Amino acid sequence: MLQNVGFIGIFLGILGRFWPVWLALVVLLTLSFVFRRRLGLYGHLISSGVGLAGVIIVGFWLFTALFAGVVAPFGPLEQIVVMKHALPGSIEPATGIPFYLGGDKLARDVFSRMIYGSRIVLAIAPAATAISLMVGSLLGLPAGYFGGRIDALLSFVANLVLAFPVILLFYLLVTPGIMDTPVPYAMAGFFFIFPILFLCALFYTGYSKQKAKLITLLGLTLIIGGYIYMGLVFDRDPLNIIHIEPNELNIFVAVAFASSPGVFRIVRGLTLDIKTREYINAALTRGEHPWYIMLWEILPNARGPLIVDTCLRIGYTTILLGTLGFFGLGMSSESPDWGTAIKDGSQFLRLYAWPALVPAIALMSFVLGLNLLADSLREQSLRD
Amino acid sequence: MLKFLARRLGIMVLTMFCLSLVVFFFVNLEPNLKRLAIFQTQQRASEQDIENWLTRNGYRDNFFVRYGRWIGVVKQQPVVDPETGAVVPRFRFCDEPAVPAYNGILQGNFGCSTAFKTKVSNRLPQGLRATGLLMFWVMLTMVPTALVIGVLAGMREGSRLDRGLSILSITSTATPEYVSGIIFSVVFATWLKVLNGSAATATSEGITFYNFTLPVMTLAIYGVGYIARMTRASMAEVMSSQYIRTARLKGLSFRQVVMKHALRNALIAPFTVIMLQFPWLLSGVVVVEAIFRYQGFGFLLVSAASNNDIDLLLACGLVSVAVVLLTQLISDIGYAWLNPRIRMS
Repeated sequence: MLQNVGFIGIFLGILGRFWPVWLALVVLLTLSFVFRRRLGLYGHLISSGVGLAGVIIVGFWLFTALFAGVVAPFGPLEQIVVMKHALPGSIEPATGIPFYLGGDKLARDVFSRMIYGSRIVLAIAPAATAISLMVGSLLGLPAGYFGGRIDALLSFVANLVLAFPVILLFYLLVTPGIMDTPVPYAMAGFFFIFPILFLCALFYTGYSKQKAKLITLLGLTLIIGGYIYMGLVFDRDPLNIIHIEPNELNIFVAVAFASSPGVFRIVRGLTLDIKTREYINAALTRGEHPWYIMLWEILPNARGPLIVDTCLRIGYTTILLGTLGFFGLGMSSESPDWGTAIKDGSQFLRLYAWPALVPAIALMSFVLGLNLLADSLREQSLRD
Repeated sequence: MLKFLARRLGIMVLTMFCLSLVVFFFVNLEPNLKRLAIFQTQQRASEQDIENWLTRNGYRDNFFVRYGRWIGVVKQQPVVDPETGAVVPRFRFCDEPAVPAYNGILQGNFGCSTAFKTKVSNRLPQGLRATGLLMFWVMLTMVPTALVIGVLAGMREGSRLDRGLSILSITSTATPEYVSGIIFSVVFATWLKVLNGSAATATSEGITFYNFTLPVMTLAIYGVGYIARMTRASMAEVMSSQYIRTARLKGLSFRQVVMKHALRNALIAPFTVIMLQFPWLLSGVVVVEAIFRYQGFGFLLVSAASNNDIDLLLACGLVSVAVVLLTQLISDIGYAWLNPRIRMS
């Protein structure tokens, strides 16, 4: 029989394990409150209760992912045979450290896996959202600005993707067999080109008068962007620094693909609205290039709703990732990400609740934090 | 009105065509065909046997010819055994016409399921019926709950009631089905033991409160928050409009203003949102049916995908895309019909 630290022991133990996170949160919040007046929107955000709650929850998960190695007492794949289906709080005999939230069916520490799982989620979800944001903006801006044929075509394609039920899309796009075909690499090639295009267009239109600055910025973008592009899409990074597993690439592309049309619709709508404003007319009279107007006049003025949408979208992407994990698509079977952990735990749910319950609550709290943040941001931007 | 309808229908048919082409392409990718052939040739076949099987059964024909056959605009050729010269069906468990004939979706033939060893048309309707029943109960509970929460919250913007209900709806939108399903089963089935954590009996013995509440609750909870948020926004907007102020100033009670003047106008926007919830529900159905072991459409989709059942997966894809497009059409028409400010032209 394993010794147990009891309920209070679990509670205090977990609080203690998170010490680097608490420390970082205290530093962040103190700094935020001290410089509140100079921080603009963020300063207003932490003055409201809902916004503060959102910042704390999102910050908590951010720091947890950063300090996962310190917070988690065990490795994500470490199996200790006696701890199979151990109750929460059971003490592991060899090290004397308890399995705070119990052991799973393969005798791994549920608490540590949840901590390491946050790393996967916080690495993929924001990055995939960033890519879909660039794809959506770069296609949505011309659709809204020029209208006509371009708009009809792009909107039709966006609606095509939106008409797919997400789950069907994932079953078609993220299967083991698809890695033998060029489909995921072609899609990755398509999606990863957008950040490079975006930055090039941004610099080219913005700094066309300052030749020296333009050339350095364009050169840097092309060299660094091209290097990362080679590593991600073709896996041909000469120095082997940039590398992504094929199944992770597959997941990443599928998630970015599923959320791009949503961004497209929002950017297109905002562009339609903003292009009727006076300052756009002024820019037109000055004879500015259409892409200058789109990237330097319309996009910055659309930032409010876009920031709110990005917050919500990261949460949505997290839910999508969880769905993928839950159906065992893409992620390797021992991956500690929350979706896969929920799937594994739900097998013996009625006997041992904790292996599924812990990642489920983690996922929910992270998405909730993002939603609270988005809600508070929306309220702040309405007030201005 | 007719012109508007015709245009919408035209776009819908075009979308349907493109999407079915995409689904057909992805389902018929080379690795999937190989796996099918290996499975059908009893797994001890050589590379050459697999190739022969694929060629004989028409899987090596031109992509568009095969698509045409599936749709039913190109004649399907009977498969002839090269040694005996006799006509043999592609799969043992489904019969096929012995002469070339149009035999596709348009003729009502959805092909042959290799996972369930029967025709797709024998399995699909019962799955759809089961899921339809689930959706019906979800809609019946989700929509009124969400509308009441939204109207109550939007009635007096910024009040304590509004704050509380808003936090509640935000929490519910942050809870995907696979999270709420887990939490509800643990709370209601394992701890309180008041509800059944499995809906498997619902398929065999019919639905009861005991076995059907958890799936319905799980599926409804994610949508409730979203619809309630939309209703709240719409209600708050209506409540701050001029005609509501006029109604208040002429001395009507708050209750009368809300019931008579605000409600109808506030419910136009949520209507479209409710219709557009169907695609989401479709994904949710797959998750919920997996968690609670309910044998409906989602169960068929998952079995088809995990068993490489090409024809069944195609049929499931087609049905789900059709459902999504139909609800979009209904939402468009309904919005135009409900809102007198929109002219259909």
